[in-house]
Amino acid sequence: MRGEADININRVDWATVIIYFSLVMVGWFNIYAAVYDGQAEKSIFDFAINSGKQLVWIGTAIGIIIVIMAADHRLFENLAIPIYLIFIVLLLLTPFLGKEVNGQVLSIGFGSVRIQAGEFAKFATALALAKVMERPTFDLSKSNYQLQAFGVLLLPVALIILQPDTGTAMVYFSLLLMFYREGLPQHYFILGFGMIALTLLALGIDNNIYLVIGISIITIILIFLGKRTPQRIIAFSLIGIGLIVYTYSLDFVISKLPEHQQNRIMVLFDPNIDPLGVGWNVTQSKIAIGSGGLAGKGYLQGTQTKFDFVPEQHTDFIFCTLGEEFGWLGSLVVISLFVGLLYRLVIMAERQKNRFSRIYGYSVISILLFHFMINIAMTIGLFPVVGIPLPFFSYGGSSLWSFTMLLFIFIKMDSSRALQLGRLG
Amino acid sequence: MNDQRPLVILIFIFLVGAVLLTKLFTIQVLDDSFMKKAERNAIQRVVDHPYRGLVYDRNGKLLVYNNPIFDLMIVPKEFEVRDTTRFLELFKISKETLIESYTAARKYSWVKPSTFIKQISTEDFARIQDFLIDYPGLFIMTRSIRSYPSPIASHAMGYIGEISGRQLERDSSHYYVQGDYVGLSGLENYYEKDLRGTKGVKYKMVNVRGIDKGPFKDGEYDTASVAGNNITSTIDMELQKYGEFLMQGKTGSVVAIEPKTGEILAMISAPFYDPNSLTGAEFSKNYRVLNSDISKPLFNRPIMATYPPGSIFKIVQSLIGLQDGILLPSTTFACNKSLVACHNHPSPVDLFGAIRNSCNPYYHQAFRQIINREVSSNTFTDTKIGLTDWREKVAKFGLGSTLGIDMRGEKGGSIPSGAYYDKVYGEGRWKYSTIYSLSIGQGEMQVTPLQMANLAAIFANKGYYYTPHLVKSINGDKSLIPQEYLVKNEVGIDAKHFDLIQEAMAAALYGTANRAVMKDLVIAGKTGTAQNPHGEDHSVFIAFAPKDDPKIAIAVYVENAGWGGRAAASTASLMIEKYIQGEVKRLDLQDYVLAGNFIY
Repeated sequence: MRGEADININRVDWATVIIYFSLVMVGWFNIYAAVYDGQAEKSIFDFAINSGKQLVWIGTAIGIIIVIMAADHRLFENLAIPIYLIFIVLLLLTPFLGKEVNGQVLSIGFGSVRIQAGEFAKFATALALAKVMERPTFDLSKSNYQLQAFGVLLLPVALIILQPDTGTAMVYFSLLLMFYREGLPQHYFILGFGMIALTLLALGIDNNIYLVIGISIITIILIFLGKRTPQRIIAFSLIGIGLIVYTYSLDFVISKLPEHQQNRIMVLFDPNIDPLGVGWNVTQSKIAIGSGGLAGKGYLQGTQTKFDFVPEQHTDFIFCTLGEEFGWLGSLVVISLFVGLLYRLVIMAERQKNRFSRIYGYSVISILLFHFMINIAMTIGLFPVVGIPLPFFSYGGSSLWSFTMLLFIFIKMDSSRALQLGRLG
Repeated sequence: MNDQRPLVILIFIFLVGAVLLTKLFTIQVLDDSFMKKAERNAIQRVVDHPYRGLVYDRNGKLLVYNNPIFDLMIVPKEFEVRDTTRFLELFKISKETLIESYTAARKYSWVKPSTFIKQISTEDFARIQDFLIDYPGLFIMTRSIRSYPSPIASHAMGYIGEISGRQLERDSSHYYVQGDYVGLSGLENYYEKDLRGTKGVKYKMVNVRGIDKGPFKDGEYDTASVAGNNITSTIDMELQKYGEFLMQGKTGSVVAIEPKTGEILAMISAPFYDPNSLTGAEFSKNYRVLNSDISKPLFNRPIMATYPPGSIFKIVQSLIGLQDGILLPSTTFACNKSLVACHNHPSPVDLFGAIRNSCNPYYHQAFRQIINREVSSNTFTDTKIGLTDWREKVAKFGLGSTLGIDMRGEKGGSIPSGAYYDKVYGEGRWKYSTIYSLSIGQGEMQVTPLQMANLAAIFANKGYYYTPHLVKSINGDKSLIPQEYLVKNEVGIDAKHFDLIQEAMAAALYGTANRAVMKDLVIAGKTGTAQNPHGEDHSVFIAFAPKDDPKIAIAVYVENAGWGGRAAASTASLMIEKYIQGEVKRLDLQDYVLAGNFIY
């Protein structure tokens, strides 16, 4: 009954698979471009350089895909909690078994075979959340269920922050998008976006008094718009006062952050703060992308990325190579591929018959969207520099494998949706 | 209940894509400042310096060339030494120097090359060349400096040096940049544009650490440097060398010209300096020393020093008198010593006798007739008219203003004008008796040795000259030299008047300059003595030879050496012998000149 019915080629969403491979191949060519040295020309297949190594990661990723596609479609649902727990243990062990790089302990393993538990814990967390939230009674508008969902989400986040890897930890918060789809009340998001907007304004505007006046006026208007019960007036007033306190405390909090994080935030408002220090990455990255023009300088013809003006050019700043050598048209193609992939995934998620698959699908969407959005935004100076890779594109085995697993587990679920029991909540 | 939420999510996804693409469009397509910044980042303009043109003498012998010098460069990152003792032996440095140089290089840059050992000699370079491969991080960088196979003609050749701030400002073509070398004097300066060649530009790509990553766009925008033009000088290296040999230890000038072309065969300014001292790293140190030397070795006497022409000027007076019809070969005057002092000789004398005996009273009387022609009844006005007229004729001999040699700094000397005397004595308050000393080349008259040599050429040519110049051809092409040197300048005296002059000059040698006489070669010459209020008079002599087919015209000045018939005439005679006969056989005369005891 299992087995033959599980691998149904016709039900695989080939559009998604094609987009995946397109991104992986474009990424691979760009990794070669990033390490290419016209004076010491090496083949793209040379294992001594990153493009050769990436080819190994791509090959093994295909192996992972085959294993996932061949597995029982209920495997992930059944193993969701154990997988999650295994990764929690790995995250706990990382500081003790791992190797320290730049003051961070991110990976564990032996010799050259190392994995970054933080990367893989993403799909584990997504599976666990899907498992916890699929129950028919689960309702995100109720606080006890909210607590359960946030508990599953925040446990790995806490462990990752300890490593410390703030960038990866931030990715987990993207799952709020899935929470939104699954019915987390809107006011959480209004408050959340409000806080973000307020934070940006507080940091961007020198004199906080304007913000205090603004908050006061909005609070008073909101009070007069609704029922003027004492309870409500007090609640709103407290929120207003809280926001004002928050505004003033922000500068204090920022000053308590480690300097490199402070700078990353402040550089967003003024890249010239420290053009050779923290601003360097953003400035050089923008120069590389900006110098690409409409059609780019041509493959392997880039000067900025090739000559190491852009740091981390084959990992987090891989988009620079693309922007420089293929210009805006190249950016258009790659961004279209990502938007197309996400669009496809939304369609797929919405057609799932059970809640588990849909929740998992939206987790995939959330994580990919966050990476895609934040990674490109930081290379063009729209977001502070956060060390997260561009999915399928950036160099690195952990990154490629974890995104491949994340995506193909969902493709597998989608391909066997006919076998699923209709359990939509 | 959440029906509209997937749609909100989809809209958000498209919105993210749109925002990113919009921002990318602004920085990639709309804003081109990033392109310029990228170029500034990664593309370095490297100037390819051309090979400066060489200078040859008139017979094709090398006078100035470029000598490669070798700097040993080090890249600390790649530098590695296993056997320190052997290394120190090979490079002939001490351990302290090694550590010091290495530390300095490290301090400068870990990855960029810097100078490790400066100016390694060609011999040392040959010795270490093969071993360099054993020492990664070391390589040789070649530069070139000007060099001189024989240390002669330093004033004529000139020197090159770093361009000054003022020169940079004046360079309207913006060819030069700070640190460029330009010719500062002599031929190097005058023919700078020919010698320098054309700089090339290479655009190379560099990475973030400034390390060369190869040519930009495979050298599409690169231009190759064009080597400078080689110059063939008019200088005869052997003659120049011999002249400097004779002039050693003396102060003065020798200028030898080929009369038929105006080509300068030799141009000596004594004391001289070794041109090799004004090249390379020692330039500024040596320049300071030379510049503060009280004997002024940098002073280019042949074109910068001015002296009264003395007796030699009597020939010019004779020619003007003959041309004006005031003098005839048969015109005689008595040697009336009450007018002006003279030495003992038969009296009265005709023109031939006057030149031969350099008779002062003759010219005192003859010049009066040239100046005062009674065109005005007022003797003051008459003198002024006569002087102005006469001065114009003198100017045609190339006196009183610069000749226009291809060298910077030439002085024109002076021939006083009526306006000058008006200023000194007041208008209408001077007459012939005020200015009579001009008749014998004394007084307010100043000429340069170059102008004197040119006079000799005029006498040799019987009335014309080509402006003296130092360049015979550029890149082997005679037509490339400045056109003014191909123009014949007539002095306005008929050729027939020169016959008597030449004969008298040939005869004069037997009276005033016996030492200059040669048995088998007729030299026409005239002694002069430039009065020197500060000490012994300067010995002056001009000559040309052979008299009937002049190949060389020469002027010799030896300062403080007294009478013209000794130091100057002897030197000129030896120079003529050297040039015409190839070698000097009168070794006793040579010894006399070298000994330098001319005052007795």
